Amino acid sequence: MSAVDQAKNAAKFIEDKAHEAPFDELIWMLRQKRDQAASQVPEWEQLRDLASAIKEHTLSNLAHYLEMFEASVQRNGSTVHWARDGHEHNQIVYDILKSKSADTLIKSKSMLTEECDTRPFLESRGIKVTETDLGERIQQLDDEPPTHIVGPAFQKTPEDVAALFARVYGSDPGNADAVYLAHVMREHTRPLITEAKAGMTGANFAVAETGAVVTVTNEGNADLSGNTPKLRICSVGIEKIVPKNEHLAVFIRLLTRSATGMPITQYTSHFRAPREGGEMHVVLVDNGRSDRLGMEKFWPSLKCIRCGACMNTCPVYRRSGGLSYGSTYMGPIGIIMMPTFDVRRYSELPFSSTLNGSCSNVCPVKINIHEQIYAWRSVMDEKHQTKFPKKEAMIVAGRLLSHPEAYRVATQSAETALKVLPRFAIYNHFNAWGRHREVPAPANETFHDWYRKHRPR
Amino acid sequence: MRVGLVIPCYIDVFYPEVGIATLEVLEKLGIEVEYPFDQTCCGQPMANSGCESDARATEELFIRNFSPFEYIVIPSGSCTHHIRNKFIAAPPSPERDHIQSHVYDLVEFRHDVVQVKEFPWATFPHKVALHTSCSAIRGLFMQSMSERVHDQKFSKPKDLLQSVRGIDFVDFERPDECCGFGGTFSVTEEAVAAKMGYDKLDFIGRTGADYIVSSDMSCLIHLQGCARRLQKNVKFLHLAQILNGDHE
Repeated sequence: MSAVDQAKNAAKFIEDKAHEAPFDELIWMLRQKRDQAASQVPEWEQLRDLASAIKEHTLSNLAHYLEMFEASVQRNGSTVHWARDGHEHNQIVYDILKSKSADTLIKSKSMLTEECDTRPFLESRGIKVTETDLGERIQQLDDEPPTHIVGPAFQKTPEDVAALFARVYGSDPGNADAVYLAHVMREHTRPLITEAKAGMTGANFAVAETGAVVTVTNEGNADLSGNTPKLRICSVGIEKIVPKNEHLAVFIRLLTRSATGMPITQYTSHFRAPREGGEMHVVLVDNGRSDRLGMEKFWPSLKCIRCGACMNTCPVYRRSGGLSYGSTYMGPIGIIMMPTFDVRRYSELPFSSTLNGSCSNVCPVKINIHEQIYAWRSVMDEKHQTKFPKKEAMIVAGRLLSHPEAYRVATQSAETALKVLPRFAIYNHFNAWGRHREVPAPANETFHDWYRKHRPR
Repeated sequence: MRVGLVIPCYIDVFYPEVGIATLEVLEKLGIEVEYPFDQTCCGQPMANSGCESDARATEELFIRNFSPFEYIVIPSGSCTHHIRNKFIAAPPSPERDHIQSHVYDLVEFRHDVVQVKEFPWATFPHKVALHTSCSAIRGLFMQSMSERVHDQKFSKPKDLLQSVRGIDFVDFERPDECCGFGGTFSVTEEAVAAKMGYDKLDFIGRTGADYIVSSDMSCLIHLQGCARRLQKNVKFLHLAQILNGDHE
């Protein structure tokens, strides 16, 4: 598959003025709310240090804690499954459903199941899957992947949702009131929840000591999904482990404040045991995580708790839209995670950043995101994934800039300077700089020549 | 004190007056400033594109040019950040170490090294929007960062400019959001870069500022290009030009 052209996709999104500006404003508001929430916690920076240290400790002893978690889950009367990759995960889930003749599944939002393409896998095998998170359900109905890891439908305006529901449910297309729309969804989804034969949740955290799968939601849909049917399946990425509840507390304080500025969500649920007369299965999924753990520069992205703060602060993400990345995870965290899944397909993503560093500053677990973006760029060069005109321009620039005499000749006159100097600017057959900006006019005399005249030695 | 002056390539060709202002504002301290003739670039364009091997010869040239100096001063946070924190294309050497630990942005040099923050010759009775680059803020810590809500607020460039008579700073929305330049990003992702620039101009435009002033000319090339396309009247100056009293 060819590389995702994020820049091209972003340019298209920017042309869509009805969505770009509201999206930027909405997402920037989340960043501001995060700032307010953080400012109310005096020990905020200590919490970040602590969270980072807990994650680093856990990841450094991952096998130990995973086995502890497995034992705890089994002790609580549930079954543990291990999946090497997305396909194995999907097959395990399907086999569980099939063994119970469950052909309807309700599920809460899970980036892991997006990563594994679980929904299409199950649907193509005759399972009717219903997303119960409002945003995720909207995206499902519109057959579109999430545009943000916390709010899957953030890129849609209320009017978009009204039009979608009118199309799918026959509701009033002219009523974009959020409460009305939520009621429309509730009316149509509740029966599916009560009738479903199986329920599925993801995991925000998995506590090794207690064996609890912990979800953090506002809508309570994870509880409905996990508790209504007798059969419960929890899909858990292996990096979600925390040792004990006392460690979990640190993350709970950071997660929602970083994500939306809320001190806590409506529901923080610990799924510890099957409901009475039911079954609970926990599927632990690797899908490239242990490989990443072995990458010297890139393992820290496994600390991620999926708060989306890096995306909210990212000026490029806010103006590009979530779909432009063509990937499960988007924005700064997506840039550093996605190439670990497919280096060729996501080879251009590390260049979709100005390296401004804001992402690393808001990250609640202190991932050095912008430094990893920078490091990925050289990996792309080493793996010969840098696009031809750019690479060519850099070779030319590297030669010229290391030869002062040639460089001086090139910058002596305005005409030659413009040809050579912004070589990085005008390396394409079209002038990318000039499409939305004027090109600066070179001066009559360079500083170099002025200095020679005015400070003779 | 012997200071080696680095004039970034884009200042050399497009804004020589910024280079002259920088030289003069240093000379006014009564120190010896020298501009090595064989200088070209710090290697950042190649390194930032991931092409580290293509940056090597340029970084080696830089080391040859500047290792004899006690201090290396650049009127650019971006170049300074690259040299201090990401200068690894050339192999490690005592000369490289010396350069990395003795390179300063002009603002840092005046503010932290010589600590002379008065500019009695300068007057600038205008409304000014101060734009500090991301490299200067989050790479060199020349200004407090909006994300670090508990840190004490400070700004070294503002500290220096504040002693200029008549200067009137305006506050604008999202003051430390990136302007969209981002080096090669400004070309590889030109649509997003330009949108970020347009938005920055919009936030600043609402304040009625007459000038956008920065210690990084690279941000200003980009913002000026955006402003000209949008036919906005706001003017652009490097901080050195104000400190040197070039404009009134």
